[in-house]
Amino acid sequence: MYEVRFHGRGGQGAVTAAHTLAEAAFREDKDVQSFPMFGVERRGAPVAAFARIDEKEIDIKTQIYEPDMVIVLDMSLLDVVDVTDGLKEGGKVILNTAKDPSEFDFDDAEVYTVNATKIAVDNGLGTETNPIVNTAVLGAYSKVAGNVDIENVKKAIENNVPVKHDENKKAAEEAYENVIGV
Amino acid sequence: MGEQKGLTIQGNMATALGAKLCKPDVIPAYPITPSTLFPEKISEYIADGELDAEMIRVESEHSAMSACIGASLTGARTCTASASQGVALMHEMLFIAAGMRLPIVMAVGNRALSAPINIWADHQDTMASRDSGWMQFYAEKNQEGLDLMILAFRIAEDERILLPAMVGIDGFVLTHTVEGVQVPAQEDVDEFLPSYEPPHGKLDPEEPMTFGSLGTPEYYQELKHDQTQAIENAPEVIDEIFDEFEEEFGREYNRVTPYKCEDADIILLTMGSMSGTARAAVDEMREEGKKVGLAKMTVFRPFPSDLIKEILGDADGVAVVDRNISPGFGGAVFAETAGTFINESKSPLLKNFIVGLGGREIFKKNFKEMYEKTKEAVETGEVEKPVEWINMDEDVMRG
Repeated sequence: MYEVRFHGRGGQGAVTAAHTLAEAAFREDKDVQSFPMFGVERRGAPVAAFARIDEKEIDIKTQIYEPDMVIVLDMSLLDVVDVTDGLKEGGKVILNTAKDPSEFDFDDAEVYTVNATKIAVDNGLGTETNPIVNTAVLGAYSKVAGNVDIENVKKAIENNVPVKHDENKKAAEEAYENVIGV
Repeated sequence: MGEQKGLTIQGNMATALGAKLCKPDVIPAYPITPSTLFPEKISEYIADGELDAEMIRVESEHSAMSACIGASLTGARTCTASASQGVALMHEMLFIAAGMRLPIVMAVGNRALSAPINIWADHQDTMASRDSGWMQFYAEKNQEGLDLMILAFRIAEDERILLPAMVGIDGFVLTHTVEGVQVPAQEDVDEFLPSYEPPHGKLDPEEPMTFGSLGTPEYYQELKHDQTQAIENAPEVIDEIFDEFEEEFGREYNRVTPYKCEDADIILLTMGSMSGTARAAVDEMREEGKKVGLAKMTVFRPFPSDLIKEILGDADGVAVVDRNISPGFGGAVFAETAGTFINESKSPLLKNFIVGLGGREIFKKNFKEMYEKTKEAVETGEVEKPVEWINMDEDVMRG
């Protein structure tokens, strides 16, 4: 079983990212779950979303407390949220930043970086101050986790993202190619 | 036989899609967390021309159920969705729907009741309406939520039953969680669920009839007896329809599903989404050599006494897990399980565990604790506390 936690801010599409990842894995006949933090959401406030992927049928119904990977959509969250809380030993972290992974230290976690903001803006997804990075980070996920094919991520994006299908798929592809640390 | 289509969808969408496949004529609804997506999806289906139905926007859940009753009386296939305070506000109309023998189907996003206000999962809302005369089904996962909607219509409309039914999916744990679901083809659902024609008359201006008239002491008790007889006869019909569903769609349903129970000394009895986590806990305990099993209850009303006796009867101890509390006694499933064994010559020792109220998590370790506590009671022969609350935060209690 592989468990993923997305950290974003309300309105950035972390929940959509989790749902899209679940669909992409489901396309590979894996069993999946994805869910938001149970409760209420506010635009701009820190939010988390989760995905669970397994080759076998998933029985467990609790929320995710010890993820294999965390994905941070918004770097300003590092100051307010312990993003690696509960991360499994040797777990993976994907950060949306222009910086190199060597500039970060999360104990024994493997750190990967991708400039999802630049990729999003270059593809016309949002603005510099309000970029829509949720599809780009999924491309990075596909490369780093290696358990969901990028082609299925792109198909899932088509079903889960309401507009700019081509731009969103291209963002995922570019992040797949450009994530650092692999 | 059409091909089933795989989708990843939230629980509310699974119940909404299940309802849509049943081609309801009228859907009166008042949205409430955590089942709000149900009426949203239904109104989308209607707006997109995918569903030819009348959606009635009402001012309260009491009105929603009142409108359901009126619509169903005309012979319209009728459904709605609600949760928590909404189900509570419908309370008096629930009894009327059942007493008038109307096959209304309601999807419930199971949620705690106030106070304190809480929007998260527990079964108190539907348990508080267990005496209303409605049948009650509980889903473990979204697939079951979708399938049980189709099954609920078919069972409710069966001439041998003619009673309303509610399908419970746990708030957030299912309502807001995306899972993979296989969606049956429309033509197959059409075949499984023929159109509804009330067998004993309906509201029709061309042929006026009186409904809901006074039931004086000369009649009332007999009518209640007939109504009770209908739900008591339901198990046989439910089993028959579950079997037919499995034949058609390839998914097995039982009123109670045993898992590793054959040689089990201790059995966990669960309902709703917690059953999945319980199964995972049973698997881990089995690896440690513990003889433990799981009985998952899908149908709570009519209470599956026959299967409870059959599946649990030979165990040494049963941990009855309730996500509800009847203050002053214990959990509802516990009370009814105990009642089931009352005149049996042999009964397993019964322990009751109250868990998961207001969205409190239910972990694998909690089920392991229940196993140990039940096992200990069996070994010592002493049940110091028949009802125990699990996964309590001592700090909060002191606070």
